[in-house]
Amino acid sequence: MSAVTQDTAVRTGRVTRVFIYLLLLLFALFYLLPLYVMGVNSVKPLQEITGGNMMALPQVWTLDPWRSAWSTAQIGVEPTGLKPYFLNSILMVVPAVAISTIVGALNGYVLTKWRFRGDTWVFGLMLFSCFIPFQIVLIPMAVVLGKLGLAGSVPGLILVHVVYGIGFTTLYFRNYYAAFPTELVRAAQIDGAGFFQIFWRILLPVSGPIAVVSVIWQFTNIWNDFLFGASFGGTSQPMTVALNNLVQSSTGVKEYNVHFAGAILAALPTLLVYIVAGRYFVRGLMAGSVKG
Amino acid sequence: MTTSTAPDFRTRLQDWLPKLVLAPSFAVTILFVYGFIGFTVLLSFTGSKMLPNFKWVGWENYEKLWALPAWNTAIVNIAIFASLYIVICTAVGLMLAIFLDQKIRGEGVLRPIYLYPMALSFIVTGTAWKWFLDPGIGLQQVMHQWGWESFSFTWIKDSDMAIYTIVIAAVWQTSGFVMAMFLAGLRGIDNEILKAAQIDGASNWQLYRRIVIPLLRPAFLSAFVILSHLAIKSYDLVVALTGGGPGRATEMPATFMYSYTFTRNQMGIGASSAVIMLMTIAAIMVPYLYAELKEKK
Repeated sequence: MSAVTQDTAVRTGRVTRVFIYLLLLLFALFYLLPLYVMGVNSVKPLQEITGGNMMALPQVWTLDPWRSAWSTAQIGVEPTGLKPYFLNSILMVVPAVAISTIVGALNGYVLTKWRFRGDTWVFGLMLFSCFIPFQIVLIPMAVVLGKLGLAGSVPGLILVHVVYGIGFTTLYFRNYYAAFPTELVRAAQIDGAGFFQIFWRILLPVSGPIAVVSVIWQFTNIWNDFLFGASFGGTSQPMTVALNNLVQSSTGVKEYNVHFAGAILAALPTLLVYIVAGRYFVRGLMAGSVKG
Repeated sequence: MTTSTAPDFRTRLQDWLPKLVLAPSFAVTILFVYGFIGFTVLLSFTGSKMLPNFKWVGWENYEKLWALPAWNTAIVNIAIFASLYIVICTAVGLMLAIFLDQKIRGEGVLRPIYLYPMALSFIVTGTAWKWFLDPGIGLQQVMHQWGWESFSFTWIKDSDMAIYTIVIAAVWQTSGFVMAMFLAGLRGIDNEILKAAQIDGASNWQLYRRIVIPLLRPAFLSAFVILSHLAIKSYDLVVALTGGGPGRATEMPATFMYSYTFTRNQMGIGASSAVIMLMTIAAIMVPYLYAELKEKK
């Protein structure tokens, strides 16, 4: 049944089909090109890039650019490589994703199963916060982080990402729980189950798909964030800021191969998450947003 | 006595518990989002320089802002960038989705290839395209090596054309995601409608133009909202790709706000530019969110 409805009813001629395949392949090349360029040039010695062809495979294969990007390249003023910044990013991402997802699940649960007067307004206000340009909060955030003594620290960045992430996680869980039969919750209530018991025993066990969406979304957004990292990172800058410092540094020779290796290092965690769980993300997202 | 008050207290706690659980998030949102917006709006009417102060100057910052050539460049750039970015992403996304929907062999391979750039940071995208478009080592050099000596592609170094390189990189990053949204929409269309139209003698072109595309309206709307939101927020990509240059040719409101606030110590002007960015987004988002929430009630 579903296989039938998934197919389109449109019939196409042979010439059209050849054209369609060509175009689809052309776009696949367009999307793969930068990845290819980064990969190939990250394993070349520098003179092969500056004197040679960017598209060519390396004549001499080397992992030195990767070693340099990871542990010895000059980031700002320190020759530390990207390693400490990678660690900062991990220390920031893991708690921020965990906290915002748990809070979002609880919020979604309250907003769908324990509705009260004005709950749509509460949700609306939280939802709008997902879409503000963060420039509008940069100045007061800098002031508040300074007052709290969290400026330039990993906990400060965690706070920022949790605060501006719960809107999205709440949205995901709310849309997902809205489709869950409220009668089951009421029945459990009559049987004497409490607020947390119902959440823990009834809703949480079915939350897998949307938890995957929330975790992937938050992980990619927080890992890839640059604005907050650059503004409030201080001495605990995340990977994106360090990569930018590496690439934009104006001193010395531009080591393109090191830049490419660094860029891949910065992209690796999110790419990995995407390769492993990307399918579930798209599926979960559609389940949440279509039925919403 | 105690036996009768204890369950009472527990039921009352159960009544309050949901609101208590939601309260911290709500409080944080009110303070860190709406309180902060209020604070920035307030600052935009003060003479704040390096640090916030509360000397009221009325509309002076806004008048200064609109008189600044850099801000006018930023406004022109965001208009060019946002319109091209939204139109091209939507067109490419729609086309890829329609083509992928034609029982394509290898769809399972192509789809992730189209989508993966969305997983990357704009900083990574910017770095990759920065060097790929660099005339000295990138595309132009490659073409010369392959024997096309007259090939010239120097947009990224050209102050009139650099803004378009940002469009290229941004389209590369998000068009696959737009494709996924349209594909989901296409898969949700009832085939019986299409079959009926075909029996009535509609051509493929008519089928898409008259039936399919109108049915995709919700997907168009979501794509527009997401893309315009990404466009106005575009900060990282500009920083990584052109650094706002050559000169200040690719200045955008987001980069303008950052540099005026944090490096030029003109916090009042920076705040007023942030307020204008917020108003622009709100003008797009508020009607959309209002309609969405009303529908679901």
